[in-house]
Amino acid sequence: GIGFAATGGTAVAEIQFADYVYPAFDQIVNEAAKYRYRSGNEFNCGGLTIRMPGMAVGHGGHYHSQSPEAYFTHTPGLRVVIPRSPIQAKGLLLASIASPDPVIFIEPKILYRAAVEHVPNDYYELPLGQAEVVKKGADLTIVGWGSQIYVLEDAIRLAENRLDCTIELIDLRSLLPWDVETVEQSVRKTGRLLISHEAPKTSGFASEISATITERCFLSLEAPVQRITGLDTPFPLVFEKFYVPGVERCFLGIKKALEF
Amino acid sequence: MAARVLRHSKCARRLIHPNKSNFAAPALQIQRHQHADQNEMNETLAQFPGAKAKYTEKLEFLQPDVYNGIPIYRVMDRNGVIFDQTQDPGLSDEELLKWYKSMTMLNTMDKILYESQRQGRISFYMTNYGEEATHIGSAAALQPKDLVYGQYREAGVLMYRGFTLDEFCDQCYGNIADRGKGKQMPIHYGSVDLSFVTISSPLATQMPQAAGSAYAFKRAQNGLVVICYFGEGAASEGDAHAAFNFAATLECPIIFFCRNNGYAISTPVQDQYRGDGIAVRGPAYGMSTIRVDGNDALAVYNATAAARDIAVKENRPVLIEAMTYRIGHHSTSDDSSAYRSVDEVRYWNQRDHPITRFYNYIQRKGIWSEEQDKAWKDDTRKQVLQAFARAEKRLKPAWSEMFTEVYDELPQDLKRQKEEMEAHVKMYKDKYPLSNYESS
Repeated sequence: GIGFAATGGTAVAEIQFADYVYPAFDQIVNEAAKYRYRSGNEFNCGGLTIRMPGMAVGHGGHYHSQSPEAYFTHTPGLRVVIPRSPIQAKGLLLASIASPDPVIFIEPKILYRAAVEHVPNDYYELPLGQAEVVKKGADLTIVGWGSQIYVLEDAIRLAENRLDCTIELIDLRSLLPWDVETVEQSVRKTGRLLISHEAPKTSGFASEISATITERCFLSLEAPVQRITGLDTPFPLVFEKFYVPGVERCFLGIKKALEF
Repeated sequence: MAARVLRHSKCARRLIHPNKSNFAAPALQIQRHQHADQNEMNETLAQFPGAKAKYTEKLEFLQPDVYNGIPIYRVMDRNGVIFDQTQDPGLSDEELLKWYKSMTMLNTMDKILYESQRQGRISFYMTNYGEEATHIGSAAALQPKDLVYGQYREAGVLMYRGFTLDEFCDQCYGNIADRGKGKQMPIHYGSVDLSFVTISSPLATQMPQAAGSAYAFKRAQNGLVVICYFGEGAASEGDAHAAFNFAATLECPIIFFCRNNGYAISTPVQDQYRGDGIAVRGPAYGMSTIRVDGNDALAVYNATAAARDIAVKENRPVLIEAMTYRIGHHSTSDDSSAYRSVDEVRYWNQRDHPITRFYNYIQRKGIWSEEQDKAWKDDTRKQVLQAFARAEKRLKPAWSEMFTEVYDELPQDLKRQKEEMEAHVKMYKDKYPLSNYESS
């Protein structure tokens, strides 16, 4: 893929499951990410897009459920993109393929058979590096991506019913580079932030968002940034329902942020 | 030129004298006389450190088909008739029947557990159809404490060693009796008592690990070997190369056992490699190698026994490539009719099935009959269904088990996460399926 792209080709590589990307880690991190930088722009492998199904699927256990985005967001030179729906997936994937940078494109596999939308037939791109405000609100900003967006929508519905509030939901879409401005703008308005992802808590991408927003919006914050995430263990098979950040845990996080 | 480069390095300035070469003289001596005694030049080996070989003046490539297909060692034909009586290992009737019963019990268990996944009772399953002889024949040639690293299609090795039907079913159900405590998908078996390292999904990762364990065995001088099973698809992974080369250079007592069953999920062997399968790679790494009829349990046994002997006595790796055919789908997540013909599958099932061939052999020997076979097959069904029913009734482990064994000891931060979850689940107990789990 890298070599194909380095000679001007467009390569879309598919990793069967994100959990199996690691044999390619050296190539992705040491080569693809640094191709343009190390050669003084004489060479690049921007024509490369690597797609991989990720995240929980209900019965995947350790090796068919992982969310490996944080390994790649830690590598400058890569783009990391995660779509939440069919319409988003097509636009973001086409943009990723057209992008002059190598892109890691993680597709929440549970959505393959669960998400239905009327996807336009013609070619269209959605912008990389740009988050989308999926729902507007005034009291709390929630940031998520991929399949977790649906869990968050359910938690928001619950919270807006019970807690007399309105909540703004942002789909980050691109994790690297990520749209700091959109999140910052929202948090300056709401004063509260909650981030949720299936990946484990320690060094999960929520840590990056939390640190950056705390740096930039410290005086706007009315509560500590909440992270509702997977636990710091390998992804357990029969305990999946207890492991993933479900509606109840997200609701409690919302409550904690609002009532601080 | 090298000296010029080094002069720019701060480190090199300390290390080398700019006017004096710091490099050792090359190993190859420069010939002062051209065409010195021609005979002498032809007879002597080149002195390159990298290869001890003769010179040639002929421009000739070694072609990939130079071996023209490494021959396949077999003992019996499809009717269970032995070709060369000297190759009959002469095992006891009891042992031979143990083989047959293990293979058929495995086959019955596969059928029932595959069905149970289809019924939504277990989440996933992989069958071993067509490869039973590769498991039983090889397992029978090993010592009980020889360490086994598997890929995922070697349940028969565990069966032979005494893993019970309850243990198989408990792991597939991920219940309180599962050694893995429900953390991994079905068929990810493991047993330290039976010297079978717990299976992990990623391919070929077990191979360098197996080489490392064999190295440990050599140092311990315990007279044991490691056997490492893998498929012909896994052999394309980088880890396979690393495993072969480390095992060879570190001189480890390991048997690399390749199950070449024709398919890596949907990838047929035609797309997997261009060389003569996996066997041809063995000599390239300096390993003694044999290709064997994987559907002939006696051949698998003989080859494995001989390989074990070499490995343990000479402390070096041996490669066995067992040719066989994957009769079943890759897993319950696969429908192989999408990429291969039903006729092809039927051919192997009906014409060259390892269990049928072994049945023919023991029937010819007069130690097994059709009546016994029918009674036994009914018995296997009964036994599997009973174990299955027991496993189904058992609860899942307490959900707090999720936090155990991440590390040897529970770290403080994880302990806090556990306590938060405990409080959370208590508050929301009707939102979690607690009745399926043992209480914490």
